[in-house]
Amino acid sequence: MAEKKLMKGNEALAEGAIRAGCRFFAGYPITPQNEIPEYMSWRMPQVGGAFVQAESEVSAINMIYGAGATGVRCMTSSSSPGISLKQEGISYCAGADLPVFIGNVMRGGPGLGNIAGAQGDYWQATRGGGHGDYRTFVMAPNCVTELGNFPHKCFEVSFKYRIPSMVLTDGLLGQMMEPVDFKHPEIDPKSLPEPDWALGVARGRGKRIVKSYDLKEGGVEIMVNERVKRYQRIEASEVMYEEKMLEDAEVALVAYGISARVSVAAMKMAREKGLKVGLFRPITLWPFPKARLVELSARIKSFVVVEMSLGQMVEDVLLSLNGRAPVHLYAKPGASLITAEEVCAALEKIMKKGAKEYAAVK
Amino acid sequence: MQLLNKKPESLLDVKMHYCPGCGHGIIHRLVAEVMDELGIRERTVGVAPVGCAVFADTYFNCDMIQGPHGRGPAEATGIKRARPDTIVFSYQGDGDLASIGMAEIVHAAIRSENITVIFVNNAIYGMTGGQMAPTTLLGQKATTCVEGRTAKQAGYPIKMSEMLATVDGAVYLERTTVHTAPGVLKTKAAIKKAFQNQVDGKGFSMVEILSMCPTNWGTRLDNPSEATKFVAEGMQPVFPLGVYKDAGAEKK
Repeated sequence: MAEKKLMKGNEALAEGAIRAGCRFFAGYPITPQNEIPEYMSWRMPQVGGAFVQAESEVSAINMIYGAGATGVRCMTSSSSPGISLKQEGISYCAGADLPVFIGNVMRGGPGLGNIAGAQGDYWQATRGGGHGDYRTFVMAPNCVTELGNFPHKCFEVSFKYRIPSMVLTDGLLGQMMEPVDFKHPEIDPKSLPEPDWALGVARGRGKRIVKSYDLKEGGVEIMVNERVKRYQRIEASEVMYEEKMLEDAEVALVAYGISARVSVAAMKMAREKGLKVGLFRPITLWPFPKARLVELSARIKSFVVVEMSLGQMVEDVLLSLNGRAPVHLYAKPGASLITAEEVCAALEKIMKKGAKEYAAVK
Repeated sequence: MQLLNKKPESLLDVKMHYCPGCGHGIIHRLVAEVMDELGIRERTVGVAPVGCAVFADTYFNCDMIQGPHGRGPAEATGIKRARPDTIVFSYQGDGDLASIGMAEIVHAAIRSENITVIFVNNAIYGMTGGQMAPTTLLGQKATTCVEGRTAKQAGYPIKMSEMLATVDGAVYLERTTVHTAPGVLKTKAAIKKAFQNQVDGKGFSMVEILSMCPTNWGTRLDNPSEATKFVAEGMQPVFPLGVYKDAGAEKK
């Protein structure tokens, strides 16, 4: 199956979704994710799927809410401000247990911000973003091949647990060109069973309802609690992470997505200077790899979180470790690039000079 | 004994929550009768709005979805594009369709989505307790315009059928009323045409139905003629009945 193609990250994400059986896409133009709707506009008809350029991000997510309710694998994509607009609809998808897939190519914010790659929407992606008690399965790729392959996992988890899923990436990875290795066999949606909740042609069965409300006293509590059990199963079985050179490491860099790539370079630089540094990369941001961090804290002296935000994922690291080891932060908001040299200098400050924990060491 | 008339199969035999004198019950029944007559119940997916008809998902005997306020035409678009073998209708009130959902309804018409929209215009927000709607008449009192709507402060009532008639993609637009018996019959004929158009693949059809809201208009519940009089003398001059677009014949 190995078949390498040179593609832009955004295109790989779109093609990956199609190969995972996606047959409906609705989106709205916003930089830096425009290659996704552009690609889908010509690619969807080739595979017998449907593409709609919606009048807004709000409409696009609601088209997905409708299409998702029919049991068809469907996707929308956007970038930070557009994802904000979609939050009401994502909350409804979560509340109606719809397995929809969302591509989020982060840019700098808040507000209009800028159009460069950033990681400032970690909280929005992992805390739900919209109203109400819910979770979204979130994966963070660090290269174009992962962008091409993660939609497969997202649809799998979405349909298994009936939960919206998201690939959280950024403008740098979205615009980057790399060879892509599509690892999964292509899924023919006709070979997938029709879910027993899907709306459509009702011949021979009773009516079905897709909804997120229950006005009876305690009704929503029952709905949410049932969902919580699925969330617990996801937390138990779907956590993904990657480790590099942690075997003998004294300090672990913790970074996801583009920051993890920078951190690999920083790790190598630090190793050349004799510093025992490794990397822990969360691949699923929710569920967050808490248990593994706790295990590592038995032998890792301290953790240095690197992220292109004001420091968001650092809170999950702190919550996971719960005081077991010192946590430092190297962070830059506003879509400003972090360089390996800067991270390496921070490591030296921490490891040689004993910089204070929790502080953003800049 | 001969059974002359029965509840349509497309409507479940459940107690509705609508107020006395409300038009929703009549309109639900008409939609259900049309689904029965066209034999489309088992392939119809209905979209329930936010507003008084929010529980429509529990009344119609077909697959139903309930989603965010005003987004019915977007949901219907997603359903119809993903499953073109279904018949999809969006049931919406005036706040839902003409205020928060203005973009969705206009663009569904622009794309000529092959869907049917049932638009119930009663010139008020019912579910939330009688606030001013985009279709509230000038001078009409509401809880957010207690002295009556003024053009200076809140602008004018929106005429959706007239506005959508300017959209090339709109295939069939008719405004009817359910405050009289002939009006009910004409409404049913219009609903039937709006569904038949979809069956025939003609494109976007909408029926705007003037309807009563005695509870929030403050008209007497023990005297329904007060509410029907408001439709006839208040609403109809602002929202004239009739066919605003019928491009179905040439668009086939």
